[in-house]
Amino acid sequence: MEVRVANVRKEFERFPALHDVSLDIKSGELIALLGPSGSGKTTLLRLIAGLERPTRGKIFFGEEDASQKSIQERNVGFVFQHYALFRHMTVADNIGFGLKVRHGPTRPSAQEIRRRASELLDLVQLSGLEKRYPAQLSGGQRQRVALARAMAIEPAVLLLDEPFGALDAQVRRELRRWLRDIHDATGHTTVFVTHDQEEALELADRVVVMSQGRIEQVGTADEIYDTPNSPFVYGFIGESSSLPVKVEDGQVWIADRPIGLSATQAPQGEATLFFRPHDVELVDECNGCIAGTVAASRRVAGTRRVELEIGGERQRVEIELPVDHPAAQKSRVAFRPRRWKLFPAA
Amino acid sequence: MTTAPAKAGWRFRQPSVIPGFGLTLGFSLAYLTLIILIPLSGLIWRSAALGWADFWAIATDRRTVNALEISFGTAFIAAAVNVVFGTIVAWVLVRYNFPGRRIVDAMVDLPFALPTAVAGIALTTLYAPNGWLGSLLAPLGIKVAYTPLGIVIALIFIGLPFVVRTVQPIMEEIDKEVEEVAATLGANRFQTIARVLLPGLAPAIVTGFALAFARGVGEYGSVIFIAGNLPYKSEIAPLLIVIRLEEYNYAAATAIAAIMLALSFVMLLVINLVQTWSRKRYG
Repeated sequence: MEVRVANVRKEFERFPALHDVSLDIKSGELIALLGPSGSGKTTLLRLIAGLERPTRGKIFFGEEDASQKSIQERNVGFVFQHYALFRHMTVADNIGFGLKVRHGPTRPSAQEIRRRASELLDLVQLSGLEKRYPAQLSGGQRQRVALARAMAIEPAVLLLDEPFGALDAQVRRELRRWLRDIHDATGHTTVFVTHDQEEALELADRVVVMSQGRIEQVGTADEIYDTPNSPFVYGFIGESSSLPVKVEDGQVWIADRPIGLSATQAPQGEATLFFRPHDVELVDECNGCIAGTVAASRRVAGTRRVELEIGGERQRVEIELPVDHPAAQKSRVAFRPRRWKLFPAA
Repeated sequence: MTTAPAKAGWRFRQPSVIPGFGLTLGFSLAYLTLIILIPLSGLIWRSAALGWADFWAIATDRRTVNALEISFGTAFIAAAVNVVFGTIVAWVLVRYNFPGRRIVDAMVDLPFALPTAVAGIALTTLYAPNGWLGSLLAPLGIKVAYTPLGIVIALIFIGLPFVVRTVQPIMEEIDKEVEEVAATLGANRFQTIARVLLPGLAPAIVTGFALAFARGVGEYGSVIFIAGNLPYKSEIAPLLIVIRLEEYNYAAATAIAAIMLALSFVMLLVINLVQTWSRKRYG
C-alpha cells in the first residue's frame, strides 16, 4: 500500500524531534531511513506505525487518513531491533498471535492459523522449529521469527526498526540479502531504519537521508552517492574530504592560487569544496592544482590513505592512492579532484 | 543444565574457578542445620514418641481438623486475594507516576514492620459490629470480626507486601516493546495484559502467592484478636497448639505442629516444582 507522510511535525515535551517532514512511499517499495542517532528516523517510523501521534500533519495509507486510526486498526507489521518476542509462547504461537487476537469472523480457525505459521516459517527458512521457545533460538533466528510474526497479519506496510542492529556482522550481511529476497517474493511495502549506510545503500530501492529532524535527501543509492545535495549528505554518505575555498571570476581559489577547477555556475564568495578521496588524479606539474605536504600515510585494506596539509592554514584533507603508487613516498603531493561539488559556506 | 555422562551418576556441579565453594557450602549446611533442621527434627521426634494410634487420634480429632481447615483455607483465600490486588498495586506503582507514589510505595511495607498484634487489634476495632466499618456492614448482614472472614482480612493485610514485593521487580523489567508489538499485531489492551503480560509475570506471582500463603498459615498475632477463636468455627491451628501447650498436653501440640509442617512442606514443594517447570520452559 502507498504511504504518504504529509507535513508531519513531532515534538516531545516541546522539543522538536521532526520538523515538517513529507515523504511519499510507493506501493511495494523498500525504503531505508538513514541518519545518525537523534536524526528523527526512528520517530518517523513510529509515527507511521501509530506508536506515536504527530503534533501536526497527517499520515495517509493509500487514500485513507491513518492518523485518525489506532495502532490496532492500522494493520502494520513492526519489527524491533531486540525482537520483542513473547518469551512464554512457542515460535508457532508467536507467529500466530496476530491472527489469534482477531475477533469474530476475521479470525481464522486454529488449524488455519497453524498452517499459516508453518508456511511463514518455511518462508523465513526456519521450518520445523514450531515448538521451540524464543530462548532456544539464536539472535538471527529470533529476528526471522519476529519478521514472520509481523508478516502473518498481512500488514499494509512492514516497518523495521534497526532490524539487524543487534546481530554480528556476518549474520547481518546474510540477513540483509535474505530480507531483499523476502521483499521481492512478498512485495510488502517496507520501511526500515538503519544507521548503517552500507546496509541502506545495498538493500533499499530508495534511501531517505535524515539529519536533525529533517529529510536531507531522498533518492536511489546512485543518486545519493553521486549527487549529494547538501554538505551533510556529502559528508555522511561514503568517504569525503572538504576544503574551504573561494569562488572568483568563475574559478575556484585556495588562498591566492586558482586550483584549476572552473565554477561558472557557483555564486561568488566563500565556499566549501567537497570531493571523494578516491576520485582524484595526481599531477606532476602543478599548474592549477591542490598541493600539500604529506602528514601521514596509512594502509587501509586495498588502498593507501594519505593525509595532506594544504596551504598556510594547514588544512588537512585525505586522498586515496593505489598501494604501490610512488607518490606515497614523496613529501609533497599535487592532485586535482576528478569529481567535486561546491557548497556556499554556511 | 548439567549434562554429566549418565555413567558418572550424581555428583557436585563443577564449582567455578573462584575458591570458597567448600567453605560456603559447609557453612550453609551447618547454619541451616542449627537454625532449621534441629528444631524441626526435635518437633518430629517429640510427636513420634506419641505412637501411631494416638497420633492418628489427635490428627483426626474434629477440633484439630477444623482448625487446620480454617488455617489453610483462610490462608489460601487471603493469598489468592492478595495475588489479584497485590498485582494491581504493583502495576500502579511501576507504571504510573503520581504525586505521593513514594509514600504509597513505602506504605506497602508497613505490614512487615508493624507488630502483628497491633494490626490485629486495629482491624478488630474497625470491623467489630460497633466499629467504623463493622457498623456499616452489620445492616447488610455481613459479620467480619469473630468469623473466618475476619481471619481472611487479617491475613490479606499481613500477606500483601509479599506479593507486591515479588511481582514489582519483575514487572519493572517488562519490555515496553513487547506491549507495542502486541498492539501493532491488533491485540487490544485487555488481550495484551491477559495473553502477553500476565503469563510473563506468572512465576513471580506464584512465588508471591507461596510466600503470602506460607506466612498466612503460620500467622498468629494478628489473627487471634479478630478471629474470636470459637472452637470448630474460627479457631486457627497455631492457636490450638498454644491451647494444648497451656494444657500441658505437649504431645498433642507437637502432633498438630508436625501435621502443619508436613502440609506446608508439601504445598511449598509443589509450588517450587511448578516454578522450576515454568522457568525451564521460558528460560
